[in-house]
Amino acid sequence: MSLVQISDSTPKPLETGRRYWRSLEELAGTPQFRRWVEREFPRGASELLSSSSRRTLLKLMAASFGLAGLVACRRPQEKILPLSKGVEHYIPGKPLYYATAMNLAGSVTGLVVEAHDGRPTKIEGNPRHPESLGACSAFAQASVLSLYDPDRSRVVLRQGRPSSWEEFARFAADHFRAEVLGRGSGLWLVAGSQPSPSYEAVRNHLLGRFPEARWVEFEPISREAMRRGAELAFDRRLETLYDFGKARLIVAFDADFLGVDSPGVRAIREFSRGRAVVSETDSMSRLYVAESRFSITGAMADHRFRIRSSEMANAVEALASALGLMPAHSGNFPWAAAVARDLAAHRGASLVLAGPGQPPEVHALVHLINEALGNFGHTVSFVAAERAPGEASFEELAAALASGRVQTLVVLDSNPVFAAPADFDFAANFSRAATTIHLGLEADETGSAATWHLPQAHYLESWGDLRTLDGTVSIQQPLIYPLYDGRTPAELLALLSGYKDQRAYDIVRNYWTARWPAQEAERRWRRALHDGLIEGTGAARLVPAVDRRRVLAAWRPRPAAGGIELVFYASPSVWDGRFANNGWLQEAPEPMTKLTWDNAALISPATAKKLGVTSGDVVLIEHEGRSAEAPVWILPGQTDDSIAVALGYGRTVCGRVGRRVGHNVYPLRTSRTAGFAVGVNVRPAGRRYRLVSAQDHHAMEGRPLVREATLRYWREHPDFAQHAVHVPELKSLYPEHQYTEGYQWGMAIDLNRCVGCNACILACQAENNIPIVGKREVARGREMHWLRVDRYFTGDEEAPEAVFQPVACMHCEKAPCENVCPVVATVHSPEGLNEMAYNRCVGTRYCSNNCPYKVRRFNFLDWHKGLEESQKLVFNPDVTVRMRGVMEKCTFCVQRIEEKRIQAKAEGRRPLRDGEILTACQQTCPAEAIVFGNINDPASRVALIKKQNRNYVMLEELNVRPRTSYLARIRNPNPELV
Amino acid sequence: MADLAIREPFELNAPLIEGRRSYSEITSDVARVVESRPPRFWYIALAVSGALTLVFFAVLTHLVRTGIGIWGNNQPVGWAWDITNFVFWIGIGHAGTLISAILFLFRQRWRTSINRAAEAMTIFAVMCAGIFPLLHTGRPWRAYWLFPVPNQDLVLWQNFRSPLMWDVFAVSTYFTVSLLFWYVGMIPDLATLRDRATTRLRQIVYGVLSLGWRGSARHWNHYEKAYLILAGLSTPLVLSVHSIVSFDFAVSILPGWHATIFPPYFVAGAIFSGFAMVIFLMIIARKVYRLEHLITMTHMDNMCKILLATGTIVGYAYAVEFFTAFFSGNPYERYVFVNRVTGPYAWAVWTMFACNVFAPQLFWFKMFRRNIAVMFAVSIIVNVGMWFERFNIIVTSLHRDFLPSSWGHFTPTIYDVLTFAGSVGLFLTLFLLFLRFLPVIAISEVKGVVPSPGQGKGGH
Repeated sequence: MSLVQISDSTPKPLETGRRYWRSLEELAGTPQFRRWVEREFPRGASELLSSSSRRTLLKLMAASFGLAGLVACRRPQEKILPLSKGVEHYIPGKPLYYATAMNLAGSVTGLVVEAHDGRPTKIEGNPRHPESLGACSAFAQASVLSLYDPDRSRVVLRQGRPSSWEEFARFAADHFRAEVLGRGSGLWLVAGSQPSPSYEAVRNHLLGRFPEARWVEFEPISREAMRRGAELAFDRRLETLYDFGKARLIVAFDADFLGVDSPGVRAIREFSRGRAVVSETDSMSRLYVAESRFSITGAMADHRFRIRSSEMANAVEALASALGLMPAHSGNFPWAAAVARDLAAHRGASLVLAGPGQPPEVHALVHLINEALGNFGHTVSFVAAERAPGEASFEELAAALASGRVQTLVVLDSNPVFAAPADFDFAANFSRAATTIHLGLEADETGSAATWHLPQAHYLESWGDLRTLDGTVSIQQPLIYPLYDGRTPAELLALLSGYKDQRAYDIVRNYWTARWPAQEAERRWRRALHDGLIEGTGAARLVPAVDRRRVLAAWRPRPAAGGIELVFYASPSVWDGRFANNGWLQEAPEPMTKLTWDNAALISPATAKKLGVTSGDVVLIEHEGRSAEAPVWILPGQTDDSIAVALGYGRTVCGRVGRRVGHNVYPLRTSRTAGFAVGVNVRPAGRRYRLVSAQDHHAMEGRPLVREATLRYWREHPDFAQHAVHVPELKSLYPEHQYTEGYQWGMAIDLNRCVGCNACILACQAENNIPIVGKREVARGREMHWLRVDRYFTGDEEAPEAVFQPVACMHCEKAPCENVCPVVATVHSPEGLNEMAYNRCVGTRYCSNNCPYKVRRFNFLDWHKGLEESQKLVFNPDVTVRMRGVMEKCTFCVQRIEEKRIQAKAEGRRPLRDGEILTACQQTCPAEAIVFGNINDPASRVALIKKQNRNYVMLEELNVRPRTSYLARIRNPNPELV
Repeated sequence: MADLAIREPFELNAPLIEGRRSYSEITSDVARVVESRPPRFWYIALAVSGALTLVFFAVLTHLVRTGIGIWGNNQPVGWAWDITNFVFWIGIGHAGTLISAILFLFRQRWRTSINRAAEAMTIFAVMCAGIFPLLHTGRPWRAYWLFPVPNQDLVLWQNFRSPLMWDVFAVSTYFTVSLLFWYVGMIPDLATLRDRATTRLRQIVYGVLSLGWRGSARHWNHYEKAYLILAGLSTPLVLSVHSIVSFDFAVSILPGWHATIFPPYFVAGAIFSGFAMVIFLMIIARKVYRLEHLITMTHMDNMCKILLATGTIVGYAYAVEFFTAFFSGNPYERYVFVNRVTGPYAWAVWTMFACNVFAPQLFWFKMFRRNIAVMFAVSIIVNVGMWFERFNIIVTSLHRDFLPSSWGHFTPTIYDVLTFAGSVGLFLTLFLLFLRFLPVIAISEVKGVVPSPGQGKGGH
């Protein structure tokens, strides 16, 4: 990894070496051309933001083509050394890797980003970073696509008309003065959660200049209820940290901690390590999940209790009672006693947690339970959570707006007009502030309503620093010069407050070097950039005592509320709506429903029957006089009388990908019902709506595809996985290829570890240039994902269990696709790979028909048609972009194999080391479920795994001899509850 | 051909040609069709079929420009109407060679009145069929890689393990031999047309086409030998082509395709559909051109019997398929067949059963075998049924195979429908042009089955 040094000097045209010109007009130096270049964004480019006629779209696209010559091959331009002398370590054609970090609603993940010729193409986790450990989430994987989004905000807008940063700077210099704003009593700033020390320093500087200004942190999906719960329990504002790895027993109340409730990946990594078993004598953790929505955490549970979110408090109370912490409880939770006994047997190694949608009292009670179980300091710890000076709540902001006390409102990286609680009337009152300034990646609902909209730099274009919950700070370094003249929130605040440093790089660098001894500053700075984190920045872990009386005094008995409840959850695709214009995420199937390009009102089969609706029927949901429509999707395992619906869909002011995709349910969500609303009225709207699922059939039809047993059964039948189907001795007509030397690639996927999080799908998409096809084509069954995660339900229709199975090309030794291809376009490599020669393929699709795993993907149409130049920058140059009419499929990331092979050759023809080659899916898998390697080497990890008795081959009886095998799933139920 | 044996298992006592027709009358009856202005029906039919042909080429242009995605094919249904149409047309093409070659070698002399038209039908059906495997490819401009021609793009040979490769050979061989057989058989008649030609253009065209035929004994000697050799060459092809087409499916590992019964089952089905098409076309041709005395009820009756026989074989094959699936104990195989009769495409399977197995049973009764309306209806029904047979084999097997997660559904688009309708248009257009410009009945052969001048009735 190498560092990029950035200087203060403004770039000067290089007079050394040859001059290159971009077009004949430039060479000619005509004034028209000069004006055109300087303007960069032709007038009218912004028209797309508000409304787009066909004519505007065409004009814009024409302009984009014109711009193509300008945006291609962007390199970071602020260099100390001129490029003619070469950037250190830069070899044309070889990627460079830089450490940076990504923030999603306050959750920070350290990343390592691959850049080809100055353009980031692939995101990986940073192995040194505590929240990543080398893995990263689907959101992080897909974020590189957002960088190149042509619908991103490109230009400063004033009242919706194109303006410039210079004009805004003049305005700001005029406006942000004591003479105008006084002590700032009319100045409010609302920002998305961005835990960043240097940014906070700039913010505090601004708040120091305007001491009466108010700072509001707004995240539609936040941990605020958890912090308030800690406040209740400890009388201190604390962040709660869990260690799932140390927990041998986990009880989750409405907490999708493997899914959207912790957008990072550490929870999955720790949990899956706790589940890892090699032989039947090993022990594994046990997971109890009580939840309303069937989440992926529920799918991993050994015991799942279907309980409505509104009754979750009673369930927690029942458990507390069973543990003797509260008076006896009368609720109908028969499992509570058994779970309590199990917990008591695992003192100090258990973990009870509640989801962020649950109210503070529940979190406080959970703290009480964890303390009583001796888990504090072991599986649960705390760090202090600081408030900004002058921090106000969003509710106060809404009240101030409504009463006209807000003169100037600055919105940073947030979209409150779209996502604010419905009871605040925020959108209607937004324009009551005289001046509204919005900094955002897109001119969204808020940006288009604001007086000023300012384009924000994408995090891959930004300098900055980010702090994880546990206090570790990473330096964010840009991978590319801002494509669209965006600036970071810190830069904007610096501009508004006249901070000593104006540029993001100076802000962050000076902030940190000032804290280090001068002689060490440079070294430590470089070290921080290289490692992706700053040494010694972890916050002190606290183990406070729960104020039991306060917790119990705050507890109110909750009679079981009747009627139907509505549960809101963050979409695993678009989160709170911010990723709506990201096609990769939109097309990623939601893990449980497999729905793409939509959200839906998820209901249980029994509730569907009661309401007289079926999947695809639109229902009108009403609550407290507010209403919204959403199509129904029947999800087995959903709690009866509970409707779950993902937030973030139905964006109206959005780019071409995300506009009017799905249904917006923010209008039903108030400040009091952020997690769930009870007693909603649901009735069919009498319409149907087409929902598209990437998987139409959800039962295994009794086929032994995913093999599963309980820990006890496994101990009694250690080889159960291999005996699920009778396989006679199988012979092949064709001679066997002898793999006597060299490599023979293979893969093993541990179904006991896979949590179905989708990260691998997105990693594969980014690595292998996989196109998206859109909702209509997914409906036709033409999605292109090389790697899919099959999800099957087993057992009772109302309370099923669910299993996940990642399926990509198996690279069969006797591949049925190979012998049917008439033109030898798919062939076997000497190392056992099943290879596709795209330029030989004529597209008969015979191979796909003959593939028993149906992992081949055909380019039915030209999926790259109409791609803008900026979108082409995301392609991985190591992987061919496939044309229409050819078949494609998983290659075991052959480009990565070859890259390492070349490297090994260059390093003295050494053999490839085990674990040196990581496939894209394997590298990002937070659960470490995927292992790839050389099965010729009996000591390789994959070969050893394939020797485990849980190892089995799907459809072994076909004698196609796949190279990918699976390790059977093991559940660890409590014998008392079976 | 008078020296060939004269045993007539079918309708021993019925005359093959009705009425006492002299040689010259036969000649003029057939040549009249070519030499006179066609009836109004011909123009109307050509207008309709010609329009459909234009649609066909328009859709194919759109297909090549835009991609296979204009059809409803998807994952997992990689093949759908495209290959259904291919197998359907190849099947139609079967009766021609069977009539020309096998019936010839078996001395079925009743074939003489229908063999020419049946062979023409074969050629045109194979032409329609051949378009589909070429244009169903994702990159048809590279489809020539399917042929074993040296190419400079990639120095690669074909994969001879692929049934699709065998298909290329089987179909192209079949087409070549059928074309030769048809053309060689036509030479004496082309010479007749040349001799009767009244315009210079006709003289030149038919003159070139008749290759200098003068009807000398030496010519006839060579002709008979060539015809016999070609008949011998064609005979195995009748069995091989559709067997090899069936290998496309049988050699795969897909449940519902992977079946050893496929070759005979496909051949029977092909003959079945081919004869249905011959009946359909002959009913129209004999009516429009008033050739009832040459294409007699006896011919029609015989063809109905073949329809009955092959239809019953096909029904038996269906039954065996189900039995094998049940008896194999293979859950995937069983599921495919349960899914066929109860799944989302059950309607198509029941249509197939009704059309192919039940409809031909009418022909146990002579009254139906001699009823033109019934025959006409059944011939259409059988072709509908046979199209559905291929659809069922291809689509219902593909749409639900091993992994339920990958199950899908196929819905045709307007382009699927237009492509198929267009291919019908092309077929009919070619056939109408054949009726107009070439001798629809083998004049010389028919003369062989009428009593020679001077002979008494019934004499041989």
